Amino acid sequence: MPKQDEVKYTKTHEWIFVEGENATLGISEHAQEEMGDVVFVELPKIDQKLEKEKPCAVVESVKSAFDIYAAATGEVTAINDKLGGDPALINNSPLEEGWMYKIKLNNPDELKDLMDFAAYQEFIKQSV
Amino acid sequence: MSTAQTLRKTALNETAKHHKGKLVDFHGWELPIQFEGILKEHTAVRNSVGIFDVSHMGQIFLNGPDAFKLIQKTNTNDFRLATIGKGVYSHITNEKAGIVDDIIGFCLALNRYIVIVNATTIKKDYEWLKKKALKMNVTVEDRSSEFSMIALQGPKAVDIMEKFAPEANRLLRFGIIEKKLLNKDCFISRTGYTGEDGFEITAPNEIIAEIWRQFMDLGAPYGLIPCGLGARDTLRLEAGYLLYGQDADDEHTSIEANCGWAVCFEKGEFTGRDILLKQKKEGLKRKLKGIILEDRGVPRPGSKVFKDGQEIGTLNSATYSPTLKKGIGVGYLNMPNLKDGEEIEIELHSKLIKAKISRIPFYRGSASKI
Repeated sequence: MPKQDEVKYTKTHEWIFVEGENATLGISEHAQEEMGDVVFVELPKIDQKLEKEKPCAVVESVKSAFDIYAAATGEVTAINDKLGGDPALINNSPLEEGWMYKIKLNNPDELKDLMDFAAYQEFIKQSV
Repeated sequence: MSTAQTLRKTALNETAKHHKGKLVDFHGWELPIQFEGILKEHTAVRNSVGIFDVSHMGQIFLNGPDAFKLIQKTNTNDFRLATIGKGVYSHITNEKAGIVDDIIGFCLALNRYIVIVNATTIKKDYEWLKKKALKMNVTVEDRSSEFSMIALQGPKAVDIMEKFAPEANRLLRFGIIEKKLLNKDCFISRTGYTGEDGFEITAPNEIIAEIWRQFMDLGAPYGLIPCGLGARDTLRLEAGYLLYGQDADDEHTSIEANCGWAVCFEKGEFTGRDILLKQKKEGLKRKLKGIILEDRGVPRPGSKVFKDGQEIGTLNSATYSPTLKKGIGVGYLNMPNLKDGEEIEIELHSKLIKAKISRIPFYRGSASKI
């Protein structure tokens, strides 16, 4: 599983870890921190076609509900079933055990405008 | 946040920062929404003990020969029950029987009361009581800016109080004592907004941080942790307590708000009595009802409620219940006679989720066993 400088980030605080034409996705450390205790996760379905920047999942914390946007276009190949029984994995391990779903990428070129860790840190600082 | 400099700070603001509280704007006050996390704080209060800064709450004092008359005539509940050293939960009502505020009034001595009011309504309540007191021999004094307030809540609160002020452990629920702390006049009451046993300590601003520090030291062996407004909200909703401004306001009556138990008709005249009596006799068009989700999901304030395909109301307060591990909420429904357990549906993210009418409270904590 990835380290935070091996993944790319969106402006809506999702991360994507690319391995060839496959990718794993989740939400950032900063995002889970802002959401607070996660109590329920609604994931996309296997084989569902996702479109970049469109909502594809919902994370519910005690405080509020948050739409999660697809970081890239592709088809869902796996979802993290463990989140059903233990949604707090998103808080405790957002980049590892708290991954949300995997996709087969349709268009790897789309990833060029995503941020690396340093750029994302800068982005967070400026958006506060 | 750009408005930060305009927010009011309590005397425990630095304390909250020291504990790394996540501070938010709560009706113009800078207060912690959480420290380590809402679930952890909620669980601490249910199972052991937590400490809250509730200094935004107000204190209005009534003094003079007509103090009893004033509190009795402006309130739904019967203040004959508030003998010296006791408090009563009640609603101050307007001429339409709408709720001006929900309060606890404590009798400190004959014709001397301290009324604990909500933060957002301090000025409104003060002016309302002043107006009602015009032809009476009683002074109405808003001393909210002098006092801060700590809530120590949970089944182990008594263990800490045993070391701090053991005489407070002899109080019954809603009892109050006046006590010198650090040489200043303070109040300790056996009250709270969590459903658990516990205490609320009202003390002058200048000593509140020291009292907090003492509680943190005494509480360490019992797992005492600071708690924020987030846990306060999930705890109070499980316990079935109203949040003024969200679940109750000037447009809804005490009976509609499911607080008929806090209305006493036998005591004689009080503001709005006729309207309340009519509602009691003729029935209601709407009533605050509890709902609990059968399927997974988290209801939110504003979520729509359906019965047999018809929209019957919206939720005023709703959240995930950490204790029941289900979505819960309260809202005014235009089918006031629905029974506990009847099937309804809640609309979440454009989908209808199965739910049931639930009794209020959703959960009975240690407060019900004192």
